[in-house]
Amino acid sequence: MEPAGIVIEKLAKMYARRGSEVHALKGIDLEVRGGEIFGLLGPNGAGKTTTVGVCTTRVKATSGRVTVNGIDVRADAPAVKRSIGVVTQFRTLDRSLTIRENLAMHAMYFGLHPKDAWVRADELLADFRLSERAGAFPDELSGGMAQRVQVARAIAHHPSVLFLDEPTAGLDPQSRLALWETIEGMHARGITVFLTTHYMEEAESLCDRVAIIDHGQILVLDTPQALKRSISAETVIELRLEAPNDALVERLRALPGVVSAQASGDAVRVLTASQDGVLPRILAEANSAGLKDMTMTKPTLETVFISLTGRDLRE
Amino acid sequence: MSSGSATLESSTLAPRARRAMYARAFYGLIRRDMRVARREAFQLSMRTIMNPFLFVFVFAYVFPKIGQQFQSGGGISFATIIVPGLIGSAIIFNGISAVALPLVMEFGATREIEDRVMAPLPTAAVAVEKIVFSAAQAVVAGLVVFPFVYLIPSTPVSVHVNNWPLLIGVFLLAGLVSSALGMAIGTVANPRQIGLVFALIVIPVTFLGCVYYPWARLHPILWLQILVLINPLVYISEGLRTALTPSVPHMHPWAFFGALLALFALLMWMALSGFLRRVID
Ligand SMILES: Nc1ncnc2c1ncn2[C@@H]1O[C@H](COP(=O)(O)OP(=O)(O)OP(=O)(O)O)[C@@H](O)[C@H]1O
Ligand SMILES: [Mg+2]
Repeated sequence: MEPAGIVIEKLAKMYARRGSEVHALKGIDLEVRGGEIFGLLGPNGAGKTTTVGVCTTRVKATSGRVTVNGIDVRADAPAVKRSIGVVTQFRTLDRSLTIRENLAMHAMYFGLHPKDAWVRADELLADFRLSERAGAFPDELSGGMAQRVQVARAIAHHPSVLFLDEPTAGLDPQSRLALWETIEGMHARGITVFLTTHYMEEAESLCDRVAIIDHGQILVLDTPQALKRSISAETVIELRLEAPNDALVERLRALPGVVSAQASGDAVRVLTASQDGVLPRILAEANSAGLKDMTMTKPTLETVFISLTGRDLRE
Repeated sequence: MSSGSATLESSTLAPRARRAMYARAFYGLIRRDMRVARREAFQLSMRTIMNPFLFVFVFAYVFPKIGQQFQSGGGISFATIIVPGLIGSAIIFNGISAVALPLVMEFGATREIEDRVMAPLPTAAVAVEKIVFSAAQAVVAGLVVFPFVYLIPSTPVSVHVNNWPLLIGVFLLAGLVSSALGMAIGTVANPRQIGLVFALIVIPVTFLGCVYYPWARLHPILWLQILVLINPLVYISEGLRTALTPSVPHMHPWAFFGALLALFALLMWMALSGFLRRVID
């Protein structure tokens, strides 16, 4: 028997629309272990939604194979659907139904007896602090609240794997934190969580392991800590300069203790290892190019992404 | 609720358990549609009743009263001739609307079909449920119209059912053909075009569906008599005519049953392939 979780092998997806071809996924391999929170981090258009689409039976792969809990998504879609919960990137609540009906009907689709389905709906309403709005229609809810309903609906049938496609996009910080807590709650109950995001803080603080995807390819896959260690830098120094130039960047790179230096716009981003005297030497060089401002931070997953691709996540 | 036990269950889904899973999901979808239909019952019945009510009122009540008559010939009142036609057009209008209107929104603008597509049954079954439910809704619409077209006219209406199985067969097939047509329309149109689609397809279908005259009477306009044979409402009207008003000229049952079955197969194929194309990328 194949292991619980998700196994993605050599997955490729090509969309053909009006003559043009988009290679959304170029043969990716991933393995999400049962019970972990797995994050797929990448910029717009990287292929996150397409990956989730294939895993949830909604997108047909061009080639490759995906199994969820050991079941091939192409061979037996209904059996896969039974054991997964999905929150898509789009608001998909049923607008003809109230919140409570949305939850109960979903539970009925998954075989609950109507009586039990209504009980389950009420239970979820209470768990997600939605009881007061039970009779409201989806159009009457705020974005954060609608998202809470979507998550509640996705777990109404006790799935063992939960897919969340950019679950916190467009939420205010408070709703985002609340949703993170909810996701951690599911994790504690043993549910496998596969989430996509382009917020590196989200991937960093929530996920056991993270894969970074860009242009339909997986660049790296590891724990957030290991990924940050992999760039072997202790500090990220961002210099804003009057006159940044290539020669300066070259000189910075040559300094002992500097891991890398990269110009972007009027700024230069320098990664440094912990070594005495590195900061004064950098400052001396920067002053000669008209230093306006400087910030120092610890490396984040964003730093990892930039050092892999040379681009910002949100570019 | 550990993932381990879920794996065990899923990979050993016995045929019986699978059938039960599909059946429950299908039943859940039906419950959902019933709930929505109940909530919209008033709106639905207004949509169903207004057209035939006004039509019968003006042409079969007011006209005879004020002495303005249609030449119906053969001693058969116009009121009798339009009974099957108006029931047929109520069925086809409701069948199309019940599927096409929500579907166009759910595919194009709101994507709210998503949750139903994720129910644990084959995706095509989600489409079949929609067609079956809307067919039932269309049949009910046909029944709702009957008392209006029967009671309002100021001239005698003569309706005789001597073959109940035939009547029931025509009703059911009419409902299914209409909602399959609705889905075929709903999967190709987008929300911005739906008004145009109704103007270009639904209105001609109802006006040129042999609602106001039997098909045989079109003989003087041969090209039209042949052209309208692509219109499913022609066979529905003629079928209902055969079942309800046998004294009016009508097609042979083999002709309209054969045509309706063939149209149903064709439209069903278009509807299901369109649905799958819209739902699976
Ligand atoms: N249905 C489709 N038809 C054609 N091209 C598509 C379709 N869906 C996605 N694409 C293309 O495939 C690529 C990957 O898209 P995808 O939606 O998977 O990215 P994403 O990582 O989810 O991006 P975002 O952060 O914007 O949601 C993009 O170039 C996109 O334009
Ligand atoms: Mg996406």
